[in-house]
Amino acid sequence: MRGLLRGGLAAATLVAGGGARAVAQDTMAVDRGVRIGIVYRPGVRPGFVALGAPAELDSVRVMIARDLDFTDRFEIITLPGGDSTRVSGSAAAPRRGSAAAPAGLNYPLYQALGADFALGLTRAGDSTVAVVHDVAAGAVRRRLAARIPPPGHPDFRQSVHRLSDQVLQATLGVPGIAATRVLFVREGRVYVIDQDGADVRLVSASDRQAMSPAWSAEGRQFAYMEFRDGRGQLFLRDMASGQRRPLAVTGRSLDFTPAFSPDARTMAFSRATDEGTDIYTLNVRDDCCLQRLTVGRFSDNLSPAYSPDGRRLAFVSTRSGLAQIYVMAADGTDQELFAPFDYGVTGSSNAPDWSPDGRTVAFHRDVGGTLQVFVLDVRTRTVRQLTSVGRNEDATWAPDSRHLAFVSDRAGYRQLWIIDIETGRIRPLLQQSGARLPAWSPRLPESAIVNPRPGDR
Amino acid sequence: MKRLQLFTLTVLAVAAVAAACGGNPAPATPQPNADSLAMERARQDSIAREMARQDSIRRAMEESERAARQREADSLAALARITEEVRAMLAQMINFDFDRSNIRTGDAATLDGKVGILRANPALRIRIAGHCDERGSDEYNLALGNRRAASAKQYLVNQGIAADRIEIVSYGEERPMAMGQTEEAWAQNRRAEFEIVGGGEMLVRP
Repeated sequence: MRGLLRGGLAAATLVAGGGARAVAQDTMAVDRGVRIGIVYRPGVRPGFVALGAPAELDSVRVMIARDLDFTDRFEIITLPGGDSTRVSGSAAAPRRGSAAAPAGLNYPLYQALGADFALGLTRAGDSTVAVVHDVAAGAVRRRLAARIPPPGHPDFRQSVHRLSDQVLQATLGVPGIAATRVLFVREGRVYVIDQDGADVRLVSASDRQAMSPAWSAEGRQFAYMEFRDGRGQLFLRDMASGQRRPLAVTGRSLDFTPAFSPDARTMAFSRATDEGTDIYTLNVRDDCCLQRLTVGRFSDNLSPAYSPDGRRLAFVSTRSGLAQIYVMAADGTDQELFAPFDYGVTGSSNAPDWSPDGRTVAFHRDVGGTLQVFVLDVRTRTVRQLTSVGRNEDATWAPDSRHLAFVSDRAGYRQLWIIDIETGRIRPLLQQSGARLPAWSPRLPESAIVNPRPGDR
Repeated sequence: MKRLQLFTLTVLAVAAVAAACGGNPAPATPQPNADSLAMERARQDSIAREMARQDSIRRAMEESERAARQREADSLAALARITEEVRAMLAQMINFDFDRSNIRTGDAATLDGKVGILRANPALRIRIAGHCDERGSDEYNLALGNRRAASAKQYLVNQGIAADRIEIVSYGEERPMAMGQTEEAWAQNRRAEFEIVGGGEMLVRP
């Protein structure tokens, strides 16, 4: 009986681990045997198999397979025997007579393994060609040609990431997040890291402490705050040139938490003065035209976050006592509570970030003396707790509106992690300690993906 | 002072006599006689007496100047001591409860002390810096630190100190005093610090 029970559990684990992930939680919680009421939507994901590739394309194959895994939209299937399968599969006849399978393909095997799609890689002249197979149809679905510089070239990784995004578009018809990056702060400096954890680079070094980086919507520049003697000034930094431009209308007092409007013309930010902290906007291009959106008097208003249509701002206010998430029109009118809370029970809530699809606002909330990441459904105004292990804070949306990068000390130190809110799967982004205040880039235009320079002071 | 004038007159008179003698040479060699010798001796004696008197006056004046300098040095040292003492009183921090910015009852007396100092030293200008522990949100703590500094400033202004003598800044949780994740460290880090930005060279007690 006991053996039977154990066998049943093992089978369930296998299904959960390699199959449909019907019920997923904050996976670290599962690892540690903690059960809490965080249940994610069940869903069956299509299987994907990355076929063997010529030796010189192996690093490309590994990167694309990982990018597709990190989309959390596929079950990545490993072929038994690796490359040999390709050869041994040549004898198998295509299941459907209409499309003859190219030599070396074994659609029935891939289908038996649960694959819906298969990816092969070949070279054609200067180009790398990704061949996307529709396994059920037994046919090639798309051929995607890309120019990928050799491994070690500064543009190699981003070129491969762009190809990964094309593969996702060709299979599921959705844009990907492989060619994106995350800004973060460590030891007072701003760094950027690729979403797969590679290529950490310093992008802002100054003798002043940096905080709160925020991308412009097109990903060519970011804003951040430099902190000195208790005062804060906002700066813009161009990713391509490394040039740094101060916003002269800021810096006389403590100006912080910059946020670009989607059209990048306006910047909302927090200004702390004798009267408290309030939200202002400025004209980015002309470095002028301050407008005050909140008048707190006896409460603080801070951390503005634009909706993707630019018409509203989520923000933090202490007007009810503890900090909670509010919303207002972009001109400061119609201020109201956004994320519901129980007065006297719910802990303070901070750091809102509006998802690029406009449907969800992520924030963190004090739960029993530590911080946890929550999401607010904008339409229904219901909140859902995403994390439960350790302290989790400062979540930032990926452009696909389903992944969040955040800071967590679940592994002992404050590091960067990524969670998929659909499956609850969590992966580390950066395992150096002390990283904080992450900001996920939009989908980066090709011309914006250049090697950032540490730049001038 | 009168003695000094008298002395000057005497010296002038002696000089006039000497000039009269030197400026009127006799065409014939003068014949010394008893009378003129006695007169000359009396004159020399009087010069010597005058020199002695002059010396003693100079010594007295030097002595009194030295004493004055000493007194001045003594009082400067005392003033510096007082300035240091007042500075230390002014620098005394106040602390806050978690996520709060209200002045705690125990800290009102500390702030009252600063009111006295600011009243007694009208040229004094200060900066109040608000700080937080690391438990709150990083960015929110910038606002909370500002609120704490503003709360301390408001207390001083309510006691009649001009608002433009006090500036406030916030360091959020960026400058912890005590490291470590204990209630004790956190309590120390939730604080307002007071520093002098002007007019603090010489301070008097309230």
